[in-house]
Amino acid sequence: MIKFLTKGLLRDRSRSLFPVLVITLTVALVVFAIGFMRGTMNSLFLDTAVILTGHEKIVTRAYNEESQLMPNDLALLDVGQLIHDLNQNYPDFFWSPRITFAGLLDVPDEDRETRSQGPVIAFGIDFLSDGSRQVEIWELERSIVSGNLPENRDDALISSKLADQLNIKAGESVTFIGSTMDNAFTTCNFNVSGTFNLRKGQTDKQMMLVDLSGARFALDMDDAASAIFGFTHSLYYDDEVAVALRTDYNNTKSGSIVQRLRNEQSEETLSYMNGWNRISKKEQESLTKQRTNGLNDNKMYNNAEEWGELSVEDPGIFSPFMLALRDGNQMGTMVDISGAMLAIMGGIFLVVVMVVLWNMGLMNGLRRYGEVGLRLAMGESKGQVYRSMISEAVIIGLTGTVIGTGIGLALTYYVQENGIDYTKGIEALSNSSMVMPNIFYAQVTPDLFYIGFIPGVLATVLGTMLAGLAIYKREMAQLFKELET
Amino acid sequence: MIKILIFILSFTFLPGQSDDMSVQDIIKAMDDNLNAKSRILTSKMVVHGRRSTRTIESKNWVVGTDQAFTEYLSPPREAGTKMLKLGDKLWTYSPQTDRVIQISGHMLRQSVMGSDMSYNDMMEDRPLLELYDAKLEGSEEINGRDHWIMLLEAKEKGLSYPKRRAWVDKKYLLPMKEELYAKSGKLLKTASMDGIKKVQGRWFPTRFIFKDELKRNSKGTEWIIGEIQFDTDIPPSRFEKGRLRK
Repeated sequence: MIKFLTKGLLRDRSRSLFPVLVITLTVALVVFAIGFMRGTMNSLFLDTAVILTGHEKIVTRAYNEESQLMPNDLALLDVGQLIHDLNQNYPDFFWSPRITFAGLLDVPDEDRETRSQGPVIAFGIDFLSDGSRQVEIWELERSIVSGNLPENRDDALISSKLADQLNIKAGESVTFIGSTMDNAFTTCNFNVSGTFNLRKGQTDKQMMLVDLSGARFALDMDDAASAIFGFTHSLYYDDEVAVALRTDYNNTKSGSIVQRLRNEQSEETLSYMNGWNRISKKEQESLTKQRTNGLNDNKMYNNAEEWGELSVEDPGIFSPFMLALRDGNQMGTMVDISGAMLAIMGGIFLVVVMVVLWNMGLMNGLRRYGEVGLRLAMGESKGQVYRSMISEAVIIGLTGTVIGTGIGLALTYYVQENGIDYTKGIEALSNSSMVMPNIFYAQVTPDLFYIGFIPGVLATVLGTMLAGLAIYKREMAQLFKELET
Repeated sequence: MIKILIFILSFTFLPGQSDDMSVQDIIKAMDDNLNAKSRILTSKMVVHGRRSTRTIESKNWVVGTDQAFTEYLSPPREAGTKMLKLGDKLWTYSPQTDRVIQISGHMLRQSVMGSDMSYNDMMEDRPLLELYDAKLEGSEEINGRDHWIMLLEAKEKGLSYPKRRAWVDKKYLLPMKEELYAKSGKLLKTASMDGIKKVQGRWFPTRFIFKDELKRNSKGTEWIIGEIQFDTDIPPSRFEKGRLRK
């Protein structure tokens, strides 16, 4: 039956070609429009994520409270082990340490005396490790204005704005002046391997990028980092997934580290007790847990207000704590607003397209009024005619939707890989402090593979079904009258 | 830091004082001792951070109040770092960068080697009589020893500590405890000392404890004096800027 109907459709192009073309174009438009809107929103989040928040970010609880001050004395320790655990437990993300620090950049003259000096905000990023994707996500190859990417620990990239301000050129040496993670004064030389322009307004005005190893050397932060950034492999931010992962990590992994740190502190404190070494290991563990639980139950950790000198500094403040992108400054509102906007815009677009295709299905049915009459006159039952029309609509809808989805996905994928460049427009907004993407990318997401079926098949079939209802309203007597005329 | 040390040391040079000594006399005597001809000392600074403790060893050469040279001996990261103070100027040299950097402006507020002392603490070496008006607030017995309580208030603007209160041991003439305040009256730092010994005829503390009260959960910094020699000849070349790179 399907073969018969398909042959009929192919032989009578007036019934198949135009409807398939309309459905193909409409579905392709739906798929691309939704993919582009998603991608644009994701581009906006990705820029903020790359520079400030990651899709996920892990810092110590203490660092999180004072993050505006870049307090590297509160940085994460044993970062290698933390990243190893994260890679094992959360393989859908890739994890990378980051050191954020600030200070002065001093440019020497030929006598090594200060020629120029200015404030700098620097990022220690893992550029040099095997398999690192940091150069890719920072889009540095495209952003380099002069010189080359960092190749050694002592290499640094300076923003072209900072380079102009301090009159530095690629190949020169600069001295960073700042504080180590122990708050000790430190100076460290870097070779300017190149200059870059992120083309994101004032974002990179005072920016210097160095390899993580260089930042660790300068700030005496061996195996330490300000934060660990996590990104999905596709670089697509899925808020639900990110929030679920953050909640899981903080409730399980982070919570257990807090408990371990508190127990270690309790054990150390109790070890000063007379006779501690004379009791069994089991008793020591029991007493340790009792002390920790007692302090916790009585809210004695970091509670000088209530407990005065009896308050105990909570070692748990140095435990790792995960933040999703939405937990950053006002990012939650942004994520919610963009989600709502996407839903509203996508919904309206889908409804409009459905009305168009429904109408096409309806018109297509009504246009075949005479054919239906003839088929009824020849003895086909009303049900048979109705079902054959719906089957034809399904075939047309499926064909158009599959082709349209293919075209839409191909177009979306192309824009996902190449983007649409709005650099000039973004440069005009150079006074804005918001991190803005200058190239907008589309994003192929799993739902794009099926979203086109809603208008493409459903609307077409519904339209045909509605038009086909007229078949049941036609009286046979009336039909013969029509045929006589 | 040196300022605080000198302030503290100044008391060591006074002979035993009696209760009828005026505050001006005490301050004057303190200043006389602040301007000791010279001293060479080795010391250990034990910085108790929130997560770890670091020990930094150094050797200092000081002449009067205007010239000071410090060379850090350990740990390896700090070894070879040198500092030179000439009048109101301070330079630091790091062998890793081979750069001499003048520390000025907001950098003077930074901590010295991560301790509870700032570079400003090192810079304010002028005689206390020039900087502060002092008054005796009373006496107090601490650990069985009599102390004067002295309040010093700045005569001029711009000092790191416009107000300071000291508990001065009447026999040792050492400020066993000191509180350093901002103009608003906010407590900025505290200092104390112990391990008093007689060195070259003077009572001398062997350990100072400084605490930055603005640092949350600060555990303070110990400054332990190893060897100290007073009135030793130090060649002027020690305080030449070129010496930093040698």
